[in-house]
Amino acid sequence: MDNATLKERILELVPNAEYQENKQFPTFIIPPDKMHDLALKLKQEADLAFDFLFCLTAVDRIEFFEVVYHLESTQLKHQLELKVRTANRENVAVDTVCDVWRTAEFHEREAYDLMGITFNNHPDLRRIFLDENWKGHPLRKDYVDEVNIIER
Amino acid sequence: MKEVINPPVRNIEDEEYHINIGPQHPSTHGVLRMVVSIQGETVKSLKPHCGYIHRGIEKMCEKDTYQQIIHLTDRMDYLSAHINNHVVCLLVERALEVAVPERVQYIRTIVDELTRIASHQLWWGCFGMDMGGQTCLLYGMRDREKIMDIFEESFGSRLLHSYYTPGGLMGDIHPNFQKRVKEFITYFRKKIHDYDNILTGNVIMQERTKGVGILTKEEAIDYGVTGPIGRASGFSCDVRKYHPYGVYDKVDFKEILGTQGDTFSRYMMRMHEMRESMKILEQLIDNIPAGDYSAKMKAVIKLPAGEYYQRVEAARGELGVYVVSDGNKTPYRMKFRSSSFSNLSALDHMSRGFKIADLIAIGGSLDYVIPDIDR
Amino acid sequence: MDFSIYDFTSFNQGIDKFFFENLTPFWATVVEMTIIGLVFLIFYALVALFLIYAERKVCAFMQNRVGPNRVGPYGFFQLIADFIKLMLKEVIPIKNADKFLFNLAPFIVVIASFMAMAAIPFAKGLHAVDLDIGILYVIAVSSMGVIGILLAGWSSNNKYSLIGAMRSGAMIVSYELSVGLSLITIIILSGTMQFSAIVEGQANGWFIFKGHIPALIAFVIFLISSTAEANRGPFDLAEAESELTAGFHTEYSGIKFALFYMCEYMNMFIVSSIAATVFLGGWMPFHIGGCDGFNHIMDFIPPFIWYLGKTFFLVWVMMWFKWTFPRLRIDQVLTLEWKYLLPINLVNILFMAFIVLMGWHF
Repeated sequence: MDNATLKERILELVPNAEYQENKQFPTFIIPPDKMHDLALKLKQEADLAFDFLFCLTAVDRIEFFEVVYHLESTQLKHQLELKVRTANRENVAVDTVCDVWRTAEFHEREAYDLMGITFNNHPDLRRIFLDENWKGHPLRKDYVDEVNIIER
Repeated sequence: MKEVINPPVRNIEDEEYHINIGPQHPSTHGVLRMVVSIQGETVKSLKPHCGYIHRGIEKMCEKDTYQQIIHLTDRMDYLSAHINNHVVCLLVERALEVAVPERVQYIRTIVDELTRIASHQLWWGCFGMDMGGQTCLLYGMRDREKIMDIFEESFGSRLLHSYYTPGGLMGDIHPNFQKRVKEFITYFRKKIHDYDNILTGNVIMQERTKGVGILTKEEAIDYGVTGPIGRASGFSCDVRKYHPYGVYDKVDFKEILGTQGDTFSRYMMRMHEMRESMKILEQLIDNIPAGDYSAKMKAVIKLPAGEYYQRVEAARGELGVYVVSDGNKTPYRMKFRSSSFSNLSALDHMSRGFKIADLIAIGGSLDYVIPDIDR
Repeated sequence: MDFSIYDFTSFNQGIDKFFFENLTPFWATVVEMTIIGLVFLIFYALVALFLIYAERKVCAFMQNRVGPNRVGPYGFFQLIADFIKLMLKEVIPIKNADKFLFNLAPFIVVIASFMAMAAIPFAKGLHAVDLDIGILYVIAVSSMGVIGILLAGWSSNNKYSLIGAMRSGAMIVSYELSVGLSLITIIILSGTMQFSAIVEGQANGWFIFKGHIPALIAFVIFLISSTAEANRGPFDLAEAESELTAGFHTEYSGIKFALFYMCEYMNMFIVSSIAATVFLGGWMPFHIGGCDGFNHIMDFIPPFIWYLGKTFFLVWVMMWFKWTFPRLRIDQVLTLEWKYLLPINLVNILFMAFIVLMGWHF
């Protein structure tokens, strides 16, 4: 499926998705409440068949957080980038997609650990790298660690 | 009088017996801790605990320039250091739309494949040792040494080279490079038979690996398992084929797919991959074009604002890097999608119902590198 | 046959007579036992040291390495240095371990292997005791070692040790059967359980040749199952370095670890010498029935050279196993024993009995 039809198809599934110009992948900003339904459809519908989530990460955009999903279809070989934006810095819950793509389980735990994004319905949301009683989430831009991080 | 309390009825079947494999353990290949729930010798479930060598490379990248980041990527998957460097170089070059000289692309492809062979040689040795055949480690190390010597001569170091720079290479290859690579290929074509003789054909090894730790194609895709492990399950995921970089589109090599998805299949994938890599080397080594070893680059690299993603095929699977740039000389956010991290997530599923000895063999066939998981 | 030049019987009897003439019988026995004990202790230590050195060199040879080569000529003093290091190392007390059993375990293992050595004939007349039921004694005594291993695993209060000990228990108890049955095959052929008589019986040809195919099968089975009994690779599940770190002796350090380590080599030596004695003629030189000239030349090579040569050859075969094969899994180990070795062995005994009945052996 080429990018133009893919764009139409996504906008058909989620009418209020926002298309973002990107040289590499067609990128969409999806409202948080629609993400889980869209994920299911992306995987199940035969003309989309996005079965391979090759990257899941989170970006701190100061006003809000952005969870970024990179998807590929192993049969149709098309790729897609989805973004979900949280409302603000305090309310950071996003629905999990690890029931759709099981690889998301570890990636979401990483995003929770380092960026502090909580994923609803995640089966085992614990810190993955850092200690259980670590304070704060290091990849946030406002994270301060006077001992280990030297400001230049 | 003392009241008699009936002891609660204990059902041994329901009780969990945990053992900690790691953080210090001979066959976790680093500091990985696995809490294994067992019944007798059978693994019921497994929880990996990572992070013992989490160094915050992604956070460090936010303070470093792109040239400096190259040196950090070496430290992730130290066994495929060149390929890790390559991914950052490719990303920067694509973002800046720099035309890299053909010579650089040839050399990078050759060095990537040498790295892949070296990594698989070490894996072969370690896998043999996980299975209990300690001689394998020495055989693997002996042949890896030849590649290390080639690297040392040309790039000055043996493990963490940082040889690639955005736009090219640190320096040109040593005049002996081509000759020694060719010598290595003739040498290793003979020696790879030793590998088959000592381990592949061994009855004990085949009995222990066939039908153990099965991962189907659907599960492999679902867990995002890539590289030789994914291909052993039949998941065609070679980035070199689907998103070619370097000169992979100009060489002829096969992407070999397995059907079983068991430990033996994963083992065979890597053995085939070493032979395919040698085929790639043979096609390229005599045809390195003359030219500069680096494109003209500015001293300060600033990526235009935007988001970039680059994928390469590292020795353990797909390595991705995601960069959000705000136009500064340092990235705003840098994320490494490391292959070992995704591969590890399938370990629990693969090892359930098998013995502890099988768990070690499955872990060996996954070939995880702990710094790559923890970053 | 004439073995008089290397016959130790008169030498031993002379010493025995000397003590009994000069001391009361009680003291004479005490002094004799002390002397034999000391001789065996020294022999035990020397053989263990030599075998550790040999293993390092053999393993190095198989792995394209040099092996120890810095301390002394060809690195021979490396072992002595290692031994001193192990002696001086701190014995770490384990919290919550069963102290008494924990300390007892290595000694049980050592005593088991030490006792087994008593019955082995090193040359004509050169043995501590020549029991009528020598083979039975050796089988009985060598299976005591597993108690030490089980105790070590249990008392260490460590899950790896426990798993290793349980594996070892399951494995050694199973493989005892094969060891015993393959020896019974030869007992049927020789008609005696006395070691000296077994060796004498091989004067006109070793049992492995005399017993046709059944003896050969019994020899192979004995070699496999005794490798398992000595906890050597590919049956080293009890230690399984890559799975259980060090299995039953994970928690041991210093001299107690050294005892376990030494025992591994001594067990290997003992099973090899039993195999050499029972199947390959022990100290008996290589004889071909009828060729007196050839036999006479062979007789000039001292019997303990024959004995040690055969034993070390078998030891080398066991090292060869260890350094080339990957390790088996516990269920495969038990399958091999109960589904293959044991039935083959039982049929083999019948076969051997039939051959002996018909008088088909040489």
